[in-house]
Amino acid sequence: MTITATFFLIAGLGLIAWVFARARAGRFIQSGVASVHSLPSYHGWYAAMWAVVPAILFLLVWSTIAPALGSYQVLESPLAAGLPTDAFERAAILSEARALSHNPDLKVFNDAAVKLAPLYAAADSKYAMIGALAAFLLCFAGGAFAFTRIRPDFRARTQVERTVMFGLLLASLIAILATLGIVASLIFETVRFFGMVSPFEFLFGLDWNPSDKVVDGQATGFGAVPLFWGTVFIGAIIAMLVAIPLGLMSAVYLTQYASANVRKWMKPILEILAGVPTVVYGYFAALTVAPALRSFAVSIGITDASSESALAAGLVMGVMIIPFVSSMADDSIAAVPGSMRDGSLAMGATKSETIKQVLIPAALPGVVGGVLLAVSRAIGETMIVVMAAGLAANLTANPFASVTTVTTQIVQLLTGDTDFDSPMTLAAFALGLTLFVVTLLLNIVALQIVKRYREAYD
Amino acid sequence: MLDNLASATTKPKMSARDVRVFYGPKEAIKGVSIDIDMDNVVAFIGPSGCGKSTFLRTLNRMNDTIPIARVEGDITLDGENIYSSSMDVVQLRARVGMVFQKPNPFPKSIYDNVAYGPRIHGLAPNKAELDQIVENSLVRAGLWNEVKDRLQDSGTALSGGQQQRLCIARAIAVDPEVILMDEPCSALDPIATAKIEELIHELRGRYAIVIVTHNMQQAARVSQKTAFFHLGTMVEYGDTSDIFTNPREERTRDYITGRYG
Repeated sequence: MTITATFFLIAGLGLIAWVFARARAGRFIQSGVASVHSLPSYHGWYAAMWAVVPAILFLLVWSTIAPALGSYQVLESPLAAGLPTDAFERAAILSEARALSHNPDLKVFNDAAVKLAPLYAAADSKYAMIGALAAFLLCFAGGAFAFTRIRPDFRARTQVERTVMFGLLLASLIAILATLGIVASLIFETVRFFGMVSPFEFLFGLDWNPSDKVVDGQATGFGAVPLFWGTVFIGAIIAMLVAIPLGLMSAVYLTQYASANVRKWMKPILEILAGVPTVVYGYFAALTVAPALRSFAVSIGITDASSESALAAGLVMGVMIIPFVSSMADDSIAAVPGSMRDGSLAMGATKSETIKQVLIPAALPGVVGGVLLAVSRAIGETMIVVMAAGLAANLTANPFASVTTVTTQIVQLLTGDTDFDSPMTLAAFALGLTLFVVTLLLNIVALQIVKRYREAYD
Repeated sequence: MLDNLASATTKPKMSARDVRVFYGPKEAIKGVSIDIDMDNVVAFIGPSGCGKSTFLRTLNRMNDTIPIARVEGDITLDGENIYSSSMDVVQLRARVGMVFQKPNPFPKSIYDNVAYGPRIHGLAPNKAELDQIVENSLVRAGLWNEVKDRLQDSGTALSGGQQQRLCIARAIAVDPEVILMDEPCSALDPIATAKIEELIHELRGRYAIVIVTHNMQQAARVSQKTAFFHLGTMVEYGDTSDIFTNPREERTRDYITGRYG
């Protein structure tokens, strides 16, 4: 019996437990017991929980240890005596044998696997059977236990509510644990990388030319400053020069000047901009903006302008970020109490004086928070820079020159045939960790600012 | 005595004739006519939703900020129609200042709050004069002694009563002719309220003052004339002492004796 079938059967048994427990609790009410604590359906859920949850948990654990038990049994058999002793090769044959046991038509590389396949089939089905039986046993035991506890004064509702709470807690923990796991893997690989390249060289070195060449036990060409500069230049400088003024002005227009009708049209359109896939922005940058900028640069006498300029990537990224800045600024300006605007207007201030001198200063913390979030998004943005920013790690402030960014280089390092142990691959993890730490700090600061600002007006 | 009579017969500072305000199709003010003169504090009283605040806001065209609001009828300031196209709303609001229900200091320093109006209207050619305006306004609003050592502190850090006096200082800093007060004490405790009322007494005569209030004792204490509003109409307008002791209208009597409202 497969795990899936077992799973569905247990779910079915849970349903039966629900129906019976509910019916039993329902009889208390009909028989006119003075005080029944919980509604019948809570008793039903309580019984279903006891029938299903322990059995499913057991199945989950069993499904991770059963394959190992199966392999162990196969290895114990005399047929497995001739297998190579090397753990890696042996594992390859075993996994092939297991695949063969599921799909007999499979082509095999190791003939040894063929005779092991029936053994695997037997072992796996045996352990699957044991697991299923145990799960059913747990299911019945749990259901029976819950059923015996159904009494008029039993607080099933409290129990169910508590379980719901644990379920929700688990759901939120999974996201956090996944993040922690990702960070842990980044740190692990980064530490290995720093065994080959000194952190000082990585963080402050000016030469980015990654290769496997090793000098004095250290890999060379991993000075990431040009990458950091490129990232900041494109994401935090050029993109923000576009996004901050335009986003802010559009927010001011939408909140202060636009009539309700215009606002009704323009706000969704702006938000649709945020939904354009970044890859589309990417080829727009690479195929339209970059060549246009290059010919413009050449026409004004900058002959060495690159066709993969920082400006092209930055401009398009700025446009991409506009809705983000605009909607954060919109929220912040809308959160400024109307009484403040009235106060200024009643003083005889014009609309633009009011906006400039009262609304924007009052909304500033929120706007700054929004901008920081936008920066953290921009520097983590990958597709536009991969397509439009180029690969040359130049340390230059010339917007028409080609620069490269952290994300572009991560893509570059991880695509293509590279060994998983080479410093080039591991450098991607170090870059990823750096990016992660920077965006994390930006987000923390931004959220702090936004939070403090909210407290001021609530 | 003769002087008093003479001033009573001079032209009113502001006068409204058959003013109607519509919010969309709904008529919120149904033909109100009233004269406001320099010498008397005028109180608008009436139950919630009777239109007294709405009418007050027509006097400096603050209803302009509400897109669906529409005003009909004539309102004049020194004989000039404030809704005519030749009237600059910026100038109007400099001449007719307003203090709101909830203290609304700007998130700026105390000094900058008071200097806000003089700056946008270019009233002070240099720093020394601006300093003088700020000081005079704060003195007149009775706040100077409390804040003179911390003019650079944020205006929002003051107590509620101080914030409201700061808002009054801010309003008088542009040297208006009329000050409209929309329930200026409803968010304040009794002690702060007493200070504001005292201040209104002191400001009387220098500015025409109109105050909307829910509190009938307050109207009796601070005003010389009272207008009673009900359901968008002005039921009765007269000397405060008459309104409270000997109202002509049944509805006014019912309201001030607590029969409804």
